[in-house]
Amino acid sequence: MKKTLFDKVWDSHVVKSINDGPDVLFIDRHMIHEVTSPVAFLGLEKRKNSVLYPNKTFATADHNTPTINQHLPVSDPLSRNQLNALEDNAKKHGISYWGLGHEKNGIVHVVGPEYGITLPGATIVCGDSHTSTHGAFGAIAFGIGTSEVEMVLTSQCIMQPKPKKMRISINGELNNGVTPKDIALFIISKLSTSGATGFFVEYAGEVFKEMSMEGRMTVCNLSIEMGARGGMIAPDAKTFDYIKTKEFTPKGNNWNKAMEYWETLYTDKNAIFDKEFIFEGSEIEPMITFGTNPGMGISITKSIPNKEDIKGSVDTFIKSLDYMGFNEGDVMLGKPIDYVFIGSCTNGRIEDFRAFAKIVKGRKRANEVTAWLVPGSHKVMKAIKEEGLLEIFEEANFKLREPGCSACLAMNDDKIPPGRYAVSTSNRNFEGRQGPGARTLLASPTVAAAAAVTGKITDPRNLI
Amino acid sequence: MAYDAFNILKSTAVPLPIENVDTDQIIPARFLKATERKGFGNNLFRDWRFNQDNSPKENFVLNNNLYTGKILVGGYNFGSGSSREHAAWAIYDYGFRCVISSFFADIFKNNCLNIGVLPVQVSVNFLNNIFEKIYDDPKTEIKVDLPKQQISIGSLANFEVFEINSYKKENMMNGYDDIDFLKNMKSEIQDFASKTPF
Repeated sequence: MKKTLFDKVWDSHVVKSINDGPDVLFIDRHMIHEVTSPVAFLGLEKRKNSVLYPNKTFATADHNTPTINQHLPVSDPLSRNQLNALEDNAKKHGISYWGLGHEKNGIVHVVGPEYGITLPGATIVCGDSHTSTHGAFGAIAFGIGTSEVEMVLTSQCIMQPKPKKMRISINGELNNGVTPKDIALFIISKLSTSGATGFFVEYAGEVFKEMSMEGRMTVCNLSIEMGARGGMIAPDAKTFDYIKTKEFTPKGNNWNKAMEYWETLYTDKNAIFDKEFIFEGSEIEPMITFGTNPGMGISITKSIPNKEDIKGSVDTFIKSLDYMGFNEGDVMLGKPIDYVFIGSCTNGRIEDFRAFAKIVKGRKRANEVTAWLVPGSHKVMKAIKEEGLLEIFEEANFKLREPGCSACLAMNDDKIPPGRYAVSTSNRNFEGRQGPGARTLLASPTVAAAAAVTGKITDPRNLI
Repeated sequence: MAYDAFNILKSTAVPLPIENVDTDQIIPARFLKATERKGFGNNLFRDWRFNQDNSPKENFVLNNNLYTGKILVGGYNFGSGSSREHAAWAIYDYGFRCVISSFFADIFKNNCLNIGVLPVQVSVNFLNNIFEKIYDDPKTEIKVDLPKQQISIGSLANFEVFEINSYKKENMMNGYDDIDFLKNMKSEIQDFASKTPF
């Protein structure tokens, strides 16, 4: 029987299948952070269980961490308490812990790939929906709830019904100024925020073959925003080159053995998907969102659709536009903005900061714009300094902050004030996501940079 | 037993006919800082329910005494976005035991099933019918019969069958969760682990 990439990885991890029920799936790598793990550890202790394989779980602090003065004690007592709980739990159970200030600290989905925790053909879970990021390496990676975190700690397995399979192919070449973020926002705008619910996605075609590993991570990261549990891309030479030298990657003979498995990881010719979508790269332009879910995106040069032209509930659509302070038919270009956020597990990697630097170089931050530049990890922060990007940013009146999830979900002090507009490279434009009353417009680092230097929504192609 | 067993639930319901209700609305991120599972119900739908000065927003359904009960009825694609189980905890802690919608996001649905909130997916027509009936008479009762996998509203003749796999159904009816099951598989799992490549 012909198998898809997803079938191959899934089937090789099934410990047991339950009739008219889920599969018991073995988990190779488990990542935890401070927000969704404390109650799992409480449950573990309450039932007098222990962590079955502590060396397969990795802890990092990211959601609550401040992005300035990380050397000082965390001022919010609740955040501090949660960070302490993570540290205590990790130490108590012998789990690797990269806390605040640790040289390897950063956003869980940024550091996993940086250190080779993320591997092709692995099953990877974390109590965070953007775990889909790791699918860029040909892993099955998806977000889980806290009960499931406890399951993995206890048994290194979770129980999941096998999802259906979808393939999204994008062929041909991309237009100038189009980045992986635009591609993902384009796909979500076509499929809607629930279009891939119940499916696991494989991204295929020339556009993804040509894409860098970091670009693939951005695309896979956003799979959840169309409802998919995860998305994956078959590993290739680019993947193997990227992971080869990383700290936790198998070495020597173990590498050779792993390569034998990894080289089988592709979708067989004539394998069957439950659903397929095919797009042309040339259809895609720089994107921006105008509403309160990631499916509400359009080409930056287009206008907000009229209620007659949308699918789904008109009341929900109007509620969304009211929240954003926009009207049907509004042109997006030229709308004034107040904040710019570059960072997050979606766009907080070095290539994102390079793209941002390319636009702001030789220009100045618009006076009315507050900009938060938050690297995804210490490693990214170091690279920003070493590559001379920091000088470009400072020259253009931007400051660099310290790593963490930051304004993506505003659990720390990085909150967009009520009613203000933020062009954000993060992943969600839900009501209040970046702070109560905040209005988020999702975009690529390139579009964010163009907004930061002009103070309004601007086509970045005019600045390249 | 991880939670209260679920068999037959008869209750009035609270209507929330909004599509794509994401888990950031169900419980905003700033209320995720607890290290224990308690008190989340107070912040259920926090920013739809309360003004910034903490006064209730009068036009939000949870602040309307006409609509009460153990069942929440939401629009299409309920529970999208973040994987935070806190969303399901908030719903449970507030007093709901069942959420009805014409479509659920995956992770949210799993989270509900893992903590004893029953997600019931019905057809679009049946969902609209439920909304109409509740708005006609807020005292209308909905009956969710898990053993029969049937949901009915008003007269018992007005019913629909809903899907749930038999493993999860048995768990819900007994208040078991997956950890009870996985614990008994320990040696099988260790055997499997010894053969994995990394």
